[in-house]
Formats: sequence, structure tokens, C-alpha cells
Amino acid sequence: MKTLDLQLRIGDRLLLAGFDWQVQAGQCWCVIGRNGAGKSTLLRTLAGLHQPDGGKVLLHERALSDWPLQALARARAFLPQGRSDAFGYRVVDTVLAARHPYRDARYWESDADYQAAYAALEALDVRGLAERDVRTLSGGERQRVAIAAVLTQETALLLLDEPANALDLAHQVSVMALLARLCRQAGKAVVMVSHDLNLAHSVATHALLLMGDGQWQAGPVAEVMTAPILGRCLGHPIEVVQHGNRTIYIPTEEVHNN
Amino acid sequence: MKTSSLPLPIDDGAVPAATHAPTGMPSAVPTTVDAPFARGRRRAWSILAVLMALALGGMLLAGAVGSVALSIPDLLHAAGDLLHGTPSTLAATLLDLRLGRALSAFVTGATLALAGVMMQALLRNPLADPYVLGVSGGAAVGALAAMLFFSAAWAVDVAAFAGAIAVACLLFLFAYRDLRGGIAAEGNAPLLLLTGVIIASGCGALVTLMLSIAPDSRLRGMVFWLIGDLSGTQVRLLPWLVLGGALVFAMRAARAINVMAQHADAAATLGIPVGALRQGLFLCAALLTASAVSSAGSIGFVGLIVPHACRFAWGPDHRLLLPAATLAGGTFLVFADTLARSIVAPQQLPVGVISAMIGVPVFLLQLHQLHKK
Repeated sequence: MKTLDLQLRIGDRLLLAGFDWQVQAGQCWCVIGRNGAGKSTLLRTLAGLHQPDGGKVLLHERALSDWPLQALARARAFLPQGRSDAFGYRVVDTVLAARHPYRDARYWESDADYQAAYAALEALDVRGLAERDVRTLSGGERQRVAIAAVLTQETALLLLDEPANALDLAHQVSVMALLARLCRQAGKAVVMVSHDLNLAHSVATHALLLMGDGQWQAGPVAEVMTAPILGRCLGHPIEVVQHGNRTIYIPTEEVHNN
Repeated sequence: MKTSSLPLPIDDGAVPAATHAPTGMPSAVPTTVDAPFARGRRRAWSILAVLMALALGGMLLAGAVGSVALSIPDLLHAAGDLLHGTPSTLAATLLDLRLGRALSAFVTGATLALAGVMMQALLRNPLADPYVLGVSGGAAVGALAAMLFFSAAWAVDVAAFAGAIAVACLLFLFAYRDLRGGIAAEGNAPLLLLTGVIIASGCGALVTLMLSIAPDSRLRGMVFWLIGDLSGTQVRLLPWLVLGGALVFAMRAARAINVMAQHADAAATLGIPVGALRQGLFLCAALLTASAVSSAGSIGFVGLIVPHACRFAWGPDHRLLLPAATLAGGTFLVFADTLARSIVAPQQLPVGVISAMIGVPVFLLQLHQLHKK
């Protein structure tokens, strides 16, 4: 997927301008920026849910608006930030819904659909919840079920808006490891929004920093996720610490030493 | 009866014990699931078969019960008589009248229940009903105006239908943004709901105005129309055509409706044309409501309670919910109407009162049980 001279606005505020960018198979991009910098808007635009205010988004050299919806649904999956469950569907039903793009002329789900759904639930450690009413799940459980649904869609490109949201520490780590594995081994491309720099650094190969005023910076993690650039992007000085062979990001304390 | 089942479609023993196995188990788990594909379909068919039988039973009961009760042999004889041509005996004439009315009740109840399911899916709100958007309010204004200014019976039906369609068109114009989809991130169509509620209250005011200036001689008929009454309805083909057409559309779109009910606007990322589906649902629900209301008045509760009870009993999968609610709604109203004309026979009660009197306690009981779980 790539973008050409993309421009995004909210009201009369410029979020992003002149955005030429590209994501390739096997890459894991992390989108970083302040609240309201346009991360979710960008992701919705890449998913085709939001019309850009200028420029265009191409997937396999073809503009998103020229794709038939069904074919597009087999090419990219989108995990929105929040969800509201109005009806008491079973967990496995919500995952099976992600097989919709593959239904062809079938009316009921096939056994293969069920197997894909159960395998994804297994991968996200929520297999035991399959028959539960989605409205009775905790926030973290619901989030993992939603990620399982996105995986069941079996697309080459995953657009995830804060996938680690509401997850406990252990599941944050395991979900990130799963995403990293998908990129490395299955050759998928992931674009995700994250507020946790350390978590992002552990999985991402590339980072995209949105400054919130139309400017942006994109590149491999080692080049972009440096203290001065991150500090400017997030509006708070960041320190980078080496711990063994890991890189840790911590916000600088500014209370003392005045 | 149908409301006493489990709140969730937990299938009989088909969920393997492996559900609670330690999560480190190898990926052999899915193979322990025995053909869930055939299971879902079989379950749907058996539920629909039971509902179909209940509907037939309701028809039989409606034929037998009334101010003059018919025994089973009488009934069979009369039915044979009817099939052969003109009814000659008293029993056959009674059966003819009663069956005609029962058929009207069935199509009205089925239409309202189907409209209720569609409206709830469209607004993603299980508490919506066919009347929430003011379509029935428009019908009431039309019908009452016709009763006040003309008096021909056909004018009432036509005016009711015209009023309902006029309100639906207004809604479509004002709330086009919600029906187009892709913009409103919440996906609950808030603009459509608010516009509908406002139009409904405007219609309510007009209805009150007409009731207050109506001469006494016409007041009774107007009040009966508002409560919902099947005594004046004739067997007509149009409501069946509307019901059949809407049901076919809904069943074909049932999978997409499921996805939209879950994901709102994000359903577009799963290949659902959200805008077109919303418009289709809205048009069908409005047409169904207009058809039901213009032939039988605004009968309350069927469109809210029947879909709710069906969803509660068999889960929210629209592939089963749509036909099940349609059958259950029709059967419910046949029973309610049979009661309405036999409790204090030969006096007849408006069926809207009976449906509310059955519906309210059943609904309250259900809600109460839901919170106990």
C-alpha cells in the first residue's frame, strides 16, 4: 500500500500534508503522535472509511475507491479503536463475521470458517470464551476477540488502531509477539497505532511520527525513534536508555533541577 | 412457550469439553468440533418448523373459537365445504369469516414483527420498534384526517398509507447523512433516530388536535383506530406481497445485516455496502409499517416484543431471527385477536389492548430474568 500526496484535515485544522509513504510486505509500522494528531483519522483513511481531503491511497497500484468492497475486504483488515456491542452475539459469531468476504454464495458458515475462527481464538488465548455473549466480556477479553476476528479475515495488510488497548501486561507482550511473527514469517504488513513506545519498539520495523501540524517523519525504527525526534513529536522530552540489548524509552522528569 | 428457552443459543452438548482445556493445547482443538456448519442450519430449520406448526395451530384455534364454538368434526366438515366452493352451512360461513380475520391478523403481526427486527438492526438498538421513527404517526394523522373529513372506509386506508409514506420520505430527506453511511462513526444513526422522534411527537400533537375537535359520533371510531383493531379489515393481497417482498430482501441480506449489527460503519471493511444496506432496511421497514398500520391501525407491542423475545430465546443471528420473528409475530397476533373477540363475546375488544396486556407482563418477566442471570 502507498499514499500519494495525501492530505487530511479535521475542521479547518491541518493534520497531515504532502504525505508520500509506502508500506511493504513483512514490515510492521507503528504510528506515533500526540492525542488528536490524526493517527486514527489516518488509519481510517487507509482503511477506506474516510475520504482524504487531497491526494490518494493506492493498494497494489490501484486507488482504494476503485476496489470492489468485497475484494478490498480480502486484502486488508481494520481494527477500530473502540466498539459498542448492541446485540448479544456469541464470541464465535463475531469472529465468524470476519469470514464474510469469503462467503461466495454460501448462506451458512462452512466447517472451514469455524476452524479458522477457532484457530484465531486459540491464538489469542480466548478459545474458552467462544460461546459467551460478547457483552459480558471484560475490556481486555473483548479486545483480544476483536483481534482474533481481524486475523480470521486472512488479509495481507492489517490496520490496527491501538491493538494493545486494555490488555494486561502478559497479553500485551504476547499479542505484540504474535504480530511480529505474522510480519516476519507470514509476510504480512501491519500498520498500528500505539502510545506505548517500548511496546512499539519491541515489534515495529518502521515508525511513522505525526507532528499534528501537517508535518510527519517516517523511516526505519533505528532512524526515526530517537530522543530528539520523539520529544518533538510527543511534546515532552524523552530519554533513551540501553538495557542489555534492549532500548527503553522513558519520559524525562522535569520537576526538579529548575 | 418460546420465551422459556435459554437466553443464548448454547447448542446441545455440541460444544466439546475441550472448551476449558489448558490453552497450551496444540491446534488439534478445532477438529473436535463436529460439523458446526450443519448444526446451525439444522437448528434453524427445526425452530422454524415448530413455529410453523404453532402458526397452523393458531389458525385452527381461531377458526374454532368464538361466540359460537365449533367442534372439530364441524370444523373439518366446514373446511371441506369451503374448499369446494361457496359456504352453504352456518359453520362454513363462520369459518370463512373467522379465517379471513385470522389471516389478516397473521399478516399484520408478521409484518410488524419483521419491521421491528429491521428497525432494531438499522438503529443498532434492541429497544427500537417500527413506530419509533414516526411512520405510524404519519399513518395516524392521515387516517384520522380521513375519518374527520371524509367517511368512506377506503379513504381511511389510503390516507393512512399516504401519511406513513410521506413521513418516511421526510425522514429519508432529513436523515440522508445517516442512511448514506461512512460518515457517522458511531453507526447508530443518531440523526435518523432524533429526526424520527421529533416527527413522531409532531404527529402526536396533530392527532390530539384532531381528537379534540372531532364530533362525538366519529370519536369512537378514531380511538379504536388508534388502539389498533382488526374487526374491519378485509382479506387483501397487498399486505402479503409487501411482507413476502420484504422477507425475501431481508433473508438475502441476513448475513450482511449480522455484520452491520456488529460492526456498524466498520462493516464496510468487511465488504458490506453499508449505505445501500441501510437504505434498503429503512425502505423495507417503512413500507412494512405503512402496510400494517394502514390496514389494522397502530397495534402496539408486537413490533417491539416479538423480535425481542425471539432474540432472547434463539440469539441475534438474523438468518434465523428474521423468519422466526415473522412467524412468531403473526401467530402472536392471531392468538391475541382470538382472545379479543372471545373473552367477552359477543362484545369485541380492540386487539391492540390484548396484545399490550399480554406483551407487557411477558416483557417485564423477561427483563427481570435477564438481570438475574
